[in-house]
Amino acid sequence: MTEAEITATEKAAPPAHPLLKLDSVDTYYGQIHILQGLNLEVQSGELVCLLGGNASGKSTTLKTILGIVQPRNGTVQFEGEDVTSRSTSYRIGKGIAIVPENRRLFGPMTVLENLEMGAYLHAGGAKEDFDRVYTLFPLLHERRRQLAGTLSGGEQQMVAMGRALMAKPRLLLMDEPSMGLAPILVERSFEIIKQVHESGVAMLIVEQNANVSLSIADRGYVLSTGRLVLEGPAAELREHEDLRKAYLGR
Amino acid sequence: MHLLLFNIYDQVRSLGWNGAFTLLRDGVVLGSLYSLVALGYTMVYGILKLLNFAHGDVFMVGAFIGFGVLAQLGGPLAPALGLVPLLLVMFAVAMLGSGILGVVIERFAYRPLRNAPRIAPLISALGVVFFLESSVQLITNSTHSEYSTFPVFGPLFTPMFSVAGNPVTVVQVLIVLTAIGLMAALMFLVYRTKLGKAMRATSFDREAASMMGIDTDRVISATFFIGSVLAGAAGVMYGLYLSDTYFFVGFLYGLKAFTAAVVGGIGSIPGAMLGGVLVGVVESFAGGYAGGQWKDIVVFGILILFLLVRPTGLLGSHAIQKV
Ligand SMILES: Nc1ncnc2c1ncn2[C@@H]1O[C@H](COP(=O)(O)OP(=O)(O)OP(=O)(O)O)[C@@H](O)[C@H]1O
Ligand SMILES: [Mg+2]
Repeated sequence: MTEAEITATEKAAPPAHPLLKLDSVDTYYGQIHILQGLNLEVQSGELVCLLGGNASGKSTTLKTILGIVQPRNGTVQFEGEDVTSRSTSYRIGKGIAIVPENRRLFGPMTVLENLEMGAYLHAGGAKEDFDRVYTLFPLLHERRRQLAGTLSGGEQQMVAMGRALMAKPRLLLMDEPSMGLAPILVERSFEIIKQVHESGVAMLIVEQNANVSLSIADRGYVLSTGRLVLEGPAAELREHEDLRKAYLGR
Repeated sequence: MHLLLFNIYDQVRSLGWNGAFTLLRDGVVLGSLYSLVALGYTMVYGILKLLNFAHGDVFMVGAFIGFGVLAQLGGPLAPALGLVPLLLVMFAVAMLGSGILGVVIERFAYRPLRNAPRIAPLISALGVVFFLESSVQLITNSTHSEYSTFPVFGPLFTPMFSVAGNPVTVVQVLIVLTAIGLMAALMFLVYRTKLGKAMRATSFDREAASMMGIDTDRVISATFFIGSVLAGAAGVMYGLYLSDTYFFVGFLYGLKAFTAAVVGGIGSIPGAMLGGVLVGVVESFAGGYAGGQWKDIVVFGILILFLLVRPTGLLGSHAIQKV
């Protein structure tokens, strides 16, 4: 190949690395084998959903990505860098944020302080970060002095999302963002999720609510007792016979 | 019983208002020291749910570090430093030394047991207690070190002002003001700084804190450092005020400060401050009215009473967990 040809192939090639890649990951809790040979990828700017029944290992997958639990085998790569042996705070500093299962707000701290914690590795948040979050969730500005533990479930969900966005993540992990919300709020959350995604943030969303999440996702994975049983473009998954029976209830 | 009540009544009458003021004064001064030490118990409990029984001995080591500096710089004949610089150096070295000791204790005695059953770190704490007390006993040859043998401290014991004819000495004012200053600094740190907010977040939910990128191990180290710095300051002030420093002094004072933390509500920072002063005052009145032999009985009676009847303390939110 001539030099010109090499440059041409490089240009045409997709980005060399996916944003996130799990490569045959095995995660254990003590002796219990939870994730079994899990392979998963999220490309830059992509919206991926991870479906599965209770105890299938969805939250464990997110904890493995963050390094809260260490896989026994396999690697976690972020932007092509192997971060498997790196600390949680290192990974978050690289541009990952999470809306955890059950929100996990800091109840005795104010809404404002919760948002500051979201930007912990970014010097507590610049004014434009707060502005961005307050534009998405005007209510949070109003309630910034209220203790997070005293907010309603729906309001707490906004704080949890706002807190994660304070870190200006390139990859946002969400663990069941629709849990415990009334249908109207689920719709609104997903609108905001879509909006955030369109601003260029890649997302990995764990959901039981397959209908809504597949409707906005690019691709999806389905976990069952720690193994991937299905994967593919969201549109295909929505039509898939097994998935419809198991999760979509129709 | 009958006789005891009669004696107390008699004492109250004979001591009168002046006596009551003196007891209150002494109680508040002593209680300020308890408050400072209680803060260390309460902060560590808040973040790790661990009763750090070695904390009383950090206080004791602080008192000895202060004495060591004193012996180097405050020689009885020709002190190398004037009173104020001498005090500043004693405080600085003792606070730093105690702070480092606290961090080392956490790193080697507690961190490896972070995920062990709750009884394990408690046993480890007792090991640290014996280790520190025996080490100091060896180093000091079981002698009692007396701050008061250094004449440079003479001016500390002169009255600064009087209340209705009852003198309040310089050292008493120094202790109360230093304690207030340190507690104000602590409140500022915990409620206004990034580290303080990370400490509160980590206390509330360690895993969620780490999901924000907070390095919770470092936050825990910082918590031990700060609590131990306060204990070191209290140790020096104990030496200045009560003078008699020996290897076993951390045991009793540590337990009383622990009582203060429980009374105020373990895990609660304002609670530790309040509890310290209350325990100091109660102890002082018990000693003054019922006799010195009653002091400890009353204080530990209160500890048991609170553990049984109100384990959340006066201002606390969580009860001490049974181990
Ligand atoms: N810290 C832990 N220690 C031991 N076992 C755990 C721990 N966390 C999770 N597990 C187990 O791992 C399995 C997978 O849990 P995980 O939380 O990943 O499921 P999930 O798919 O998120 O379920 P859900 O939809 O109910 O949230 C479960 O059987 C759970 O009991
Ligand atoms: Mg889950």
